[in-house]
Parts: sequence; C-alpha cells; structure tokens
Amino acid sequence: MSERQIQLEVLRYNPETDSEPRYQTYSVPCMNEWVVLDALNYVKEHLDPTLSYRWSCHMAVCGSCGMMINGEPKLACKAFIHEYTDQIRVDPMANFPIERDLVTSVEDFIAKLASVKPYLIPKEDKPISAGEFKQTPAELKKFKQYTLCINCMLCYAACPQYGLVPEFLGPAAISMAHRYNQDSRDGGRDQRQEVIATDTGVWECSFVGACSEVCPKHVDPAGALQQVKVASTIDWYKEHLMPWMKK
Amino acid sequence: MEIVKTDIAIIGAGGAGLRAAIALAEADPKLRIALISKVYPMRSHTCAAEGGAAGVIKSDDSMALHFGDTVGGGDWLSDQDAVEYFIQEAPKELTQLEHWGCPWSREPDGSVAVRPFGGMKIKRTWFAADKSGFHILHTLFQTSLKYPSIQRFDEYYATDLLVEDGRCQGLTALEIRSGQMKQFQAKAVIIAAGGGGKMFPFTTNGNIKTGDGMALAYRAGTPLKDMEFVQYHPTGLPNNGILLTEGCRGEGGVLFNKDGRRYLQDYGMGPETPIGQPVLKTMELGPRDRLSQAFWGEQKKGNTVSTPWGDCVLLDMRHLGEKKIDERLPLVRDLCISYLGKDPVKEPIPIRPVVHYMMGGIHTDTRAATRLPGLFAAGECACVSINGANRLGSNSLTELLVFGKRAALSAIEHIQSGLPDGKGAALAAQAQASEARISALMNKSNGTETIAGLRKEMMDTMETNVGIYRTGSELATACDKISELRQRYANIALHDKTHVYNTDLMQALELGSMLDCAEAVTVGARDRKESRGAHQRLDFTERDDVNLLKHTLTHYHPTDPPRVEYLDVVITQSQPGVRDYSGAKK
Repeated sequence: MSERQIQLEVLRYNPETDSEPRYQTYSVPCMNEWVVLDALNYVKEHLDPTLSYRWSCHMAVCGSCGMMINGEPKLACKAFIHEYTDQIRVDPMANFPIERDLVTSVEDFIAKLASVKPYLIPKEDKPISAGEFKQTPAELKKFKQYTLCINCMLCYAACPQYGLVPEFLGPAAISMAHRYNQDSRDGGRDQRQEVIATDTGVWECSFVGACSEVCPKHVDPAGALQQVKVASTIDWYKEHLMPWMKK
Repeated sequence: MEIVKTDIAIIGAGGAGLRAAIALAEADPKLRIALISKVYPMRSHTCAAEGGAAGVIKSDDSMALHFGDTVGGGDWLSDQDAVEYFIQEAPKELTQLEHWGCPWSREPDGSVAVRPFGGMKIKRTWFAADKSGFHILHTLFQTSLKYPSIQRFDEYYATDLLVEDGRCQGLTALEIRSGQMKQFQAKAVIIAAGGGGKMFPFTTNGNIKTGDGMALAYRAGTPLKDMEFVQYHPTGLPNNGILLTEGCRGEGGVLFNKDGRRYLQDYGMGPETPIGQPVLKTMELGPRDRLSQAFWGEQKKGNTVSTPWGDCVLLDMRHLGEKKIDERLPLVRDLCISYLGKDPVKEPIPIRPVVHYMMGGIHTDTRAATRLPGLFAAGECACVSINGANRLGSNSLTELLVFGKRAALSAIEHIQSGLPDGKGAALAAQAQASEARISALMNKSNGTETIAGLRKEMMDTMETNVGIYRTGSELATACDKISELRQRYANIALHDKTHVYNTDLMQALELGSMLDCAEAVTVGARDRKESRGAHQRLDFTERDDVNLLKHTLTHYHPTDPPRVEYLDVVITQSQPGVRDYSGAKK
C-alpha cells in the first residue's frame, strides 16, 4: 500500500460566485489502490469542503459518479489511481450542462429514458395468482445484457452525435427500449418504435461505437442500436415492399 | 416559500418508496403523489443489494418453514404477527415484480429459480444473478414512469416533518439544486429513506445511508425501535467494505482460517460439510450474526490471516469453477478483481465482517403505521419488526416490497378517514421555523467544529465500542461520547455559504441525522443487558427472555439522551427456543 502525491486538477464552477469555470489543483496523498473518487473525498474532507460532486455506492452500481477523467468518461469509483500518472484532470461529464463543479444536469437523460416506455407492456394480462410468466434461460439471455445499464450516462458523454444533436435519444435510452423489445414477456415494440425508429432516434446514430467502449457494465449500447436499425429496416421493407405481410 | 400541495408525500425513492408510489398510483389514479428523494431514484442504495429476495414459491417449501426460519433467525425478537403477514405477501410481491419485467434468474423449464441463503432451511431466495437489488430497483423505477400521478422531486432533502393537531401533515424539503426550501402539504407521509450504516467507518453502505428518515421521525416525536441491533455481514472486502453476497456461500463457497480449517465447526455450526455440497442452515449457511461472531472468535484466538487491511479469513469459491461463478456471481468476480486484484476463480478472497444493515428503525406496526397519525414508514428505516435481533439475508428486499405497499394502503385508509383541513397558517409557521434553522446553520460564522472532524470521532466511537461484541463499560463510553458530539454539533461551521448544490450543507445535515441515530443505538445497546442475535454482550452473555423479550423504544430529546421504553414482543405461535445451526441432526 504505497502512497503517491497526486496533483488533482479539478474543474470548479459555482454559478453564484463564478462568471466562468476554472481549474483548481489539489495536492493529494493517494494510496496506490485508491480510485479517483477516494482522492476527491480526501479533498472534500481535508482540503476544501466547498467542492461538489455526486457519489454513493463506491462499487460501480449506483451510477452517480460519472465524470471526465483525463478527458475520458469514467466512473470516479472505478478509475484506479495506479492507472494514471501523478497528474490527473477531472472535469464534469461532457455534453451535459454543468450545475456546479462536477455536478451536471441529469434531466435531459431522465426525460429521454422515460420517453421510450422503459417498462414491460405485457403481451397478455395475467393475474398475480396465476404465477410467473415462464421465460427460459435462453429467452432471458436475449435481453439480459441490456438490463445491466446503471444509467451513469457515460455513453452520452462519449457520444459525438449527442454532442452535436442534443435531441438525439442516445445510447442508453435506445438500449433500454431494445431491452424490453427483446423480452419474451413484452408486446410493446410497436409503441416504442414510434419513438426510437425516428430521425432523433436510432437513425441519428452514426455508429462511432464510443458508447460501448466507455460503458462500465459492458452493456454494448452500440450493438443494441445496430440491432434496432436492422429490425427497423426490416419493418420498412415489410411495410413498403411487401404490404401483404404483417409487421 | 413555495407550497406544494399533494395527497401523500413519500420520502425516499428506493425499493420501498417506489413500491409505495406505484401502489398508490394503482389504487387511485386521482391521488396526488409526491415522491421526494435526496438522490435520483436509481442511485438509491437498494441497487447495491446482491443476493436475492425470499418468498415461498417451490412445492418443497411452506409458509410455516419461512416463518420458523425468520423468527428463529431473529432470535425471537421478531413480532410474529408481522412475520405472518410478511411471508404471506412475499410470493405475491415477488411475482408482481416478475410481471413488471424483473429479470429473475430461471430454471431450465422457465420457472423462477431459487438459491440457498444463510439461516434458511429451504432454497427460497429469488435472485437475478448477483445483482438482485439493482434489478429490483430499476424495475420499480422504470415501472413508476408509467404513472403520471407520481410526481418526482429528485434531489430534494427532507429537513422536517410538519405535525399539527397531533398528526403528520407534510414536510419541508430543500431543493438541492437551488438551495430553496419548499413546503409540502400532505394528508399523509411515508418515510422510506433507508438505514444509517454510515455512522460506522467500515460498512457496505453507500454514502447516502445517513439515517435521515429515521432522524426525521425521531425528531418529530415518534420513537425508534431496537436500534442497538446492527448487522455485520460476514463477507466484506477488507480494504473498502464492498459486499460479497451471501450467495457466494449459497452457491457453495466456504470459509477458512489461516490454518485452512473450516472454523465455523468450532462455533456450534458443525460438523464440517463436504466442499461443493453445501447443507442448508449449517456451516457456511448459518446466519450472519453467528458467522460474524465466529470471525471475532478466530481473531481472538490468532487464527486469522494478516493482510495490509487488517485481520481476515478466507472465502474460497475456486471449486465452483469459472462457468458457475460467471453465471451466478459475475458481480462478485468483477468486484474482487477490480477492487482487490484477486480473482475468485483462481484464489481464495480475504474477507472480514462489515456493518451492513440496521434491524432497528422507526417503530411501526403491522400496518406500517408509526405512533404519529398520518406518518408511515417502510424498508430499512422502519422496524416492524420482522427481522428481530438478526435479519436473515434475502428477507430485506422482500420487506421493501411487502411493507412499501402496505404503507401505501394504510396511508390511503388514513386519508379516507375524513380528516379535517390542515391549518395552513400553523403549518406555514412550522415550515418557516425549519427554514430558519437551516439558514442559521448556514450563516453561523463563529463555529469551531468541523463536519469531517465530528464525523470521524463518531465513526471511531462506534467502531471501537459498538462492534460485534460489546461491554457495559465500552457502551457507557460510547453513550457519553455521542452525547458530547451532539452538544458539539451545535458549534459546527460551514465553509460553503452558497446555495447551488451545497454538499457542505448536505453533509452537515446528514451528520446531524447520524448523531441522533447513533445515540439511539448506543443507549439501546447499553441498556439491553443480555445477548441476543446481533447484540452480544461480554458482560451479559445469555439471552434473557424473562426481562428482555422486549423491544427497545427510544424517544428523542433535543439536548439530553433519549428516554427509553420497552414494549413486549408479539408472540403468536413460536415460543423462544434454541437457535440450533449445528448440522448433526440434518
């Protein structure tokens, strides 16, 4: 457990007192096994109580502590100090408005997530007394990966298209729609297609794939988006070239 | 001050709060529901629960067995009428979640799979790999988006309950984004704000688990119950307290001391079971309190392994094989590799007990009602009590659902009982007093204490004196110290005087909540002169059913230590007996 002195350069911005963002550098004695979040907590506890950022679980599951670390979207609780040099720069997540310091506005993402109807729209009504819907392990596997999204929004911070076109529904929201579409219990795909098979939906994606690279949970949103594109294209052909076929 | 008028306000948007909100929305779409949380719902700590949720579903299981496991696991401090209600509702609630899309792990035939858990005689824990709480939370959050009547107030910190004419009629909350105080006028309030494990330094609990909901109710005059019962989870990563689910042992993981001995057999949980063939309710599938106590015994005997992070024992999962570990325990593997640099497929993992859960909380009855009319509570912040002196793993996720819904139904019954209109002026005066309290805290210029300093003293006190085994003199020291810290809290200084996302202020308020709760823990523990479940006294080593088959109720006092009252445990069918986790008879 060796100790290193890290120069932690943190973007600061308080709308009440600052006209524009600035950087502040803290010298932090870090244990080699620490994550960047530990270094921020050291600052908050020992050096500067005015620094604001979100965090909770410290185990990469609550999704609170997304930020840019040396320019890359990361969870601060899973960015290991030993993977960095003695100079680490921390910025708020790209592509989101800054509220203060490392805290960004989440509202746009939440609205987009809600818009894709991210809940089961059952094929058939079934009373609780009739027990569970059957679902084989193979059926579960078809969508399981897309259930692992922790809503950390790193994929939005990485997505060049979201940076250019803020209306873009974005990787996580579309992946979540795909998750329910692929669920053997669900019958809501048509309703979701109205939202995701649009110009601000899946067709806005230029398949850079950055979303999947930064995803801390290996959800592979880029893969989900490609599957949605293929399925939507098949829908289009069925509708326009083979109108006698049902979607 | 802006006034938000609603029918029912819910404080906390984790598993219990979301379940309550959905139950309200389903019961009556016209109800106005305010769901208030200091974090966005999916950040709630329900997300960190791993192992699963208990509910009787398989044909080899029965309600009577789940009842017996729960009451015995709780060392007979559970209220048995509450346990009866809980186990009856459990399968319905877990099935309901399935209908909402929860990705439960499955058997080959497509039915829901169950896994073994500590202290349970039958496999009855529904699980979604080892991310069960995460999936429950996200399923509930996403389902809640269906209901337009659920109005969310994300990142609002509740500061005070409003109590007028002897009933709870709302609350004040600080919008963290703006620093503005809002008054919520409600006909009923449900608290579902989680536990307070952060009063300890070494805990599986997230940063947000600061006992705010418990403290809100406590300060409003309704008592906390059984706060001295703090659960240590036996298997935490030693460097940072990250939880490794009991599912590790449910799937067949075993515990060794430094000599390679399965030491649990030396603590009444033997004989040793064959590796790879776990036997229910014995050895590694004993209850959490016993396993954590056995660790303490090994440490005293010098049988633990020294690591840079302190004394440990070893959790060996290698014999499960990579395929099973990746299928059933993928998060555990990821956490061990990422945070400790050790792969459970290849080597045993050093672990030690870690503060995990508070059995105690806001005193509620089987209807999830507190003693304050109009105020209800559910989840870890509440104490019904189904968990008694020691919660069995996988009962708490189910509890969120069962009592989250129950709180909603009871709140509806309350508002349908023909309540008179609230006295607006009196409520406004209370809200202004709350705002003035926060302003005074922020603007005080002569404070000499720091938040970080007091917090550290509190944590050190709890760690040193209120651990797995306790003594009267240590607990007396802890009571004096926490009382002193509460006095000194009046002298804290804030550095940050601005309004937008002032996390300095949040931490100050959270510290106040933790100190209030910590005092209830220490006083309850000092006065409970017996050993029961998670409360073990070296100076009173036996359970005392003659005098202490009772709940501790602590009543808040703003400056002095709490007043303590005792309440009989509800026994319906099971008289206190011996907790036998030996495998001899099995």
